[in-house]
Amino acid sequence: MNDLILPAILLSSLLPGLIIFTLPEESIRLRTTLNLAGALVKLMFVALLFLRVVKREYSELRLPLLADMELVLRADALSMLFLALSAFLWLLTTIYAIGYLEGSPHRSRFFGFFSLCVSATTGIALSGDMITFVIFYEMLTISTYPLVVHRGTPAALHAGRIYLAYTLFGGVVLLLATVWLRAIVGPLDFTPGGVVAGTDPALYGSLTVIFALLILSLGVKAALVPLHSWLPTAMVAPAPVSALLHAVAVVKAGAFGIVRVVHDLYGIEFSLDLQLLFPLAVLAAVTVLYGSLRALTQNDLKRRLAFSTVSQVSYILMGIALANPLATIGGLVHLVHQGLMKITLFFCAGNLAETLDIHKVDEMDGVGKRMPWTMAAFTIGALGMIGLPPLVGFISKWYLGLGSLAADQAWVVIILILSTLLNAGYFLPLLYRTWFAGTQQEWSVSALPGGRETTWPLLAPPLITAALVIIFGLLAHLFGSPLYWVELITAREYGL
Amino acid sequence: MTIPVLYAGSGILLFFIGLHALLIRRHLLRKIIAANIMGSGVFMVFIALGARGDSAVADPVPQVMVLTGIVVSLCFTAVAIALAVRIHNLTDCTTLAADEESSID
Amino acid sequence: MTDLLVSQHWFFWMTLIPLGAAVAAFLIPAQARWIGLATALVLPFFALAGIAATLITEGQPITGGGWPTPLGIELRRDGLALVMLAITALVGLIISCYAIGYFPARGHHHSRTRYFWPLWLFLWGGCNALFISADLFNLYVTLELVTLASVTLIALEGGKAALTAALRYLFIGLFGSLAYLLGVAVFYGAYATVDLTLLGEMLTGSRLDHAAMALMIAGLVLKSALFPLHFWLPQAHAMAPAPVSAVLSALVIKAAYIVLLRLWFEVFPSLDTIAVGHLLGLLGTVAIVFGSLLALRQERLKLLIAYSTVAQIGYLFLVFPLARNDTMATAWVGGVLLMMSHACGKAAMFMVAGTIHHTAGSDRISRLAGAGGPIGVLVVVFTLAATTIIGLPPSGGFFSKWLFINAALVTGQWWYLPVILSGTLLAAAYIARVLGWAFLDVKRSSYPVIPWVMKWPPLVLALIALVFGLIAYEPVQIALLGAPVSGPLLIGVRP
Repeated sequence: MNDLILPAILLSSLLPGLIIFTLPEESIRLRTTLNLAGALVKLMFVALLFLRVVKREYSELRLPLLADMELVLRADALSMLFLALSAFLWLLTTIYAIGYLEGSPHRSRFFGFFSLCVSATTGIALSGDMITFVIFYEMLTISTYPLVVHRGTPAALHAGRIYLAYTLFGGVVLLLATVWLRAIVGPLDFTPGGVVAGTDPALYGSLTVIFALLILSLGVKAALVPLHSWLPTAMVAPAPVSALLHAVAVVKAGAFGIVRVVHDLYGIEFSLDLQLLFPLAVLAAVTVLYGSLRALTQNDLKRRLAFSTVSQVSYILMGIALANPLATIGGLVHLVHQGLMKITLFFCAGNLAETLDIHKVDEMDGVGKRMPWTMAAFTIGALGMIGLPPLVGFISKWYLGLGSLAADQAWVVIILILSTLLNAGYFLPLLYRTWFAGTQQEWSVSALPGGRETTWPLLAPPLITAALVIIFGLLAHLFGSPLYWVELITAREYGL
Repeated sequence: MTIPVLYAGSGILLFFIGLHALLIRRHLLRKIIAANIMGSGVFMVFIALGARGDSAVADPVPQVMVLTGIVVSLCFTAVAIALAVRIHNLTDCTTLAADEESSID
Repeated sequence: MTDLLVSQHWFFWMTLIPLGAAVAAFLIPAQARWIGLATALVLPFFALAGIAATLITEGQPITGGGWPTPLGIELRRDGLALVMLAITALVGLIISCYAIGYFPARGHHHSRTRYFWPLWLFLWGGCNALFISADLFNLYVTLELVTLASVTLIALEGGKAALTAALRYLFIGLFGSLAYLLGVAVFYGAYATVDLTLLGEMLTGSRLDHAAMALMIAGLVLKSALFPLHFWLPQAHAMAPAPVSAVLSALVIKAAYIVLLRLWFEVFPSLDTIAVGHLLGLLGTVAIVFGSLLALRQERLKLLIAYSTVAQIGYLFLVFPLARNDTMATAWVGGVLLMMSHACGKAAMFMVAGTIHHTAGSDRISRLAGAGGPIGVLVVVFTLAATTIIGLPPSGGFFSKWLFINAALVTGQWWYLPVILSGTLLAAAYIARVLGWAFLDVKRSSYPVIPWVMKWPPLVLALIALVFGLIAYEPVQIALLGAPVSGPLLIGVRP
């Protein structure tokens, strides 16, 4: 029984997805039920698994693929972090998407691929070795493409082509690097401390090249500069897809993969010995600054958020690359924190587009009066991104700062301060417009009962995530909070 | 130069003569005949190589093979002629290239 | 019961049933489709029984015709034969179901229906006979059976273009098989045997041996349409009715390739094959790039799929340079795996193209614009089948590329790496072009009605193609029974 919970978690989103594909457009109720039931069942299984992992019981499942190859599913502390994040945000995004896509065509197709996408993300979280990781990572690529091109406009198709070109390029490089690493090292099970250490020193050159290839390939999805440009282009997708892409699935899968490679394949010590991490830190720093700089000048709201993602995801990589317990805590916890904040922002941007047809930043003047709840959530997300205490963004940045000082890399603190200023530079004017600028145009009056600003499925998810942004910031050391969990992971990784 | 080698050599020569015609000639009947000449060349090689050693009795296995080969070749010729006739009936054309004029060289 | 299983007749029946059914279908045209379907339903069980029997007796070769080995027809039932019989039975069953819908019983296409079934069953029997043949001459005869049936199947459509494509294919096939036969003659003249195993032990590596090898390889390369000898393939495959295209791409190409695979690993190892291997690898490389680029430019779905076959054949020929001392098993399994998964995927894709042609009146890719409703199912089938062509996990294509990359790394032939990887990207590009049309948001007025046998059986095949990598463990283990290669599949690089 112990092992079957892992495939059960996978199937809880895969099966509803496959059934939804066969449903006709009109059976809305059945589709909604399946979606929500799948999300809730998955959340339940994840909670069960969570309790096991807390007790240090690591479930594992191995299936033979070819000779010498296995499909390994395993739940350790790091997988739980990503798994819990994706399972929880999937539920919210599903609710949101049901509201967002009400009345639009091709919904069976959309929700089918949506479920496949989450199944692939779950698979990535539960992968116990690199081969399994590659399999699910590619499945994520394929299942996301239909979501990106969902609208079927020439712009969407163009974005889909760009997305496929970037991610498949990353995919083949990842395949090459993985096969090569497997040929040098042997089985690639994710093990704390890495599996590479015992390699013949004559192969260290190859190992360095493979590391570069792995970062290159995973960096495509993690939107590392200069491989980031698919992400702003993919903004033509519907808002729930953008939310999923940015907060849970694609971008995070890349970052998560880099964490796995550094921590569980190469191992921190070995990576430090080979001096692999300093270039990664520099790359992350460049990405942090570049993303923020580009975000400053974007007038399209979703594009501004997209460049903000480019910048913020590299905080995770920076924390990993500093190779210091405190910085690692800062990086890993940002995996969750950035997800919560960014999904709030995208939900709100979707609400603006769906309710008031606002897509541009300069159309947002005074919108706070028309949609106070949405914009309150947006404000919390944006302030969190800037790093205002006591919101979650502050916690990430605080630990990153402490870690960089402890690692004698004071230049990172400067980067952090610069980036915070830039974050403020592109978010604060937005907030000012929202709340204090005079309204340029008359908004249509809400037709909903009680003058509610928008429908519940659209309003509830951002409010919940915004509340979590505050709660996890205020009560960061609560049992089961992201920070608590990340400290466990880091202690295990560094053997503290 | 023994007689079997002579036969085998001429067989190979026939094969290449046939091949040359198959590639160069455009008229379908000529192509079909060329293919048959190639086949005959190969069969000659087989028969010639069956006369191994000094024994008066030839090795029967190549002869069996050639018999089979002739049957196969016959089938192919029949199908090829049928197709060629159909093409001629449909297009008044006796070459493969659909857009070229029919030639009677 | 065990006696029944162990009895060696399963293999004769695998050949005799379809051949007998072909005669029956020809004599009783009114019942042809039911005879065909019944045969198609029976053969998978025979294939499974054959696998069971071989697993019990551990694969001793058997002889037919009651004559001892040098004279009788020796049959081989090693793992490769078994998996090919099984995959042919599977693909054949699906194609037969599809053909029931594609060739209606009545209507003006009556003659196509009348002749399709006997010819297809004849082809099936020929393929099965080829897989279990164990000597050079038998391989020749069975290869000719397959070619003859293919030629007539291509001509089934009856138009000028189809007839021309068929006749061109006939000449190519004849040329290829005569070159092969000349090689057989040379070997027989030198060693007085045509048995694969015996010949492999006896070859001395003389100049004549190499000439014979060159002739045989050239003939087989021509028949399996490796670049630059591929020119006949796209027309032939695109002109034929859809079930025939599926058969040609999935099975017929593989027949010639299987012969080459057997020769390369069982007869030629004692010859100097490195240069030939490099040449085949080079041609394969060009085929991958050139075929994919041409596929990108096609406007018709069937031609696109046919050029994709040209590219995939290129991958199959990478086996030969990549199989060196350590990596024999790796490259061989990679090739066999690719063959099996390509058979499933490509057959499903051709059936989709045929259905679109059948219902929308044309197989132009633009006909897929705004696909939804019944056409939507077809797009799903196409996409699932395409995963193995692109080489995305968890398809068999993914794992065979894995094995190829591993072999290239171990043997130090790093120049194949960009080829293998860029082939993946190009394949993704031409598939994405098709999918782009399908996702385009335009309104379609009405959806044609598609018979269910043309929708669901291809879906089954596409699903198998998709998950083949996950279920490949058993097939690969069976294929390795009595195989000329052995050892671990994943090889380590040594400094």
